[in-house]
Amino acid sequence: MDTSSAIQEPFDLIRLSLSERVFVKLRGDRELSGILHAYDGHMNLILSDVEETILIVDQADGAGEGQPTVNMAKRKMDMLFVRGDGVILVSPPSR
Amino acid sequence: MLIFSVFKTLTDQQVTVELKNDLSITGVLKSVDQFLNIRLDNIKVLDEARHPHMMAVKNCFIRGSVVRYVQLPPESVDTQLLEDATRRESAAQTKR
Repeated sequence: MDTSSAIQEPFDLIRLSLSERVFVKLRGDRELSGILHAYDGHMNLILSDVEETILIVDQADGAGEGQPTVNMAKRKMDMLFVRGDGVILVSPPSR
Repeated sequence: MLIFSVFKTLTDQQVTVELKNDLSITGVLKSVDQFLNIRLDNIKVLDEARHPHMMAVKNCFIRGSVVRYVQLPPESVDTQLLEDATRRESAAQTKR
């Protein structure tokens, strides 16, 4: 694989994902999947064709018993700037 | 610096800024600075019923650090140009 030889530092992994679909995990139980077009050292990102998934965990009112119900909200956006301070991880497309 | 330049090219375009407190504001991007502070004119708050105190506000300055997302007009973003500029900037960073 020539990709491993091209990887010198962590950001190289993101650079090699440019123009590919990436998975982004954000603070506040949010996840994004979109095509990566730009990033910078703060991990500010510009993505297109984005699908956002928000996990809303409702703790059942009888605390301690029963499973908390997890609701998922999804929405789509065409072109999105993501501020870097909310980013937890960026993962290249699964191959 | 790269993202700052992108926002500068988008001045006078309609954008939607989503803040970390879940408030979404649509407006015309009037100016931006190096901290990605944003000035919006002609603003409209999504879900006005939940934020009645914003009804009278016509323009605003948003501190960059409270922004979560900015939805951009896709037709005014040249994705190929962005990718090339990103590669150039990351190459310049590694050299230092």
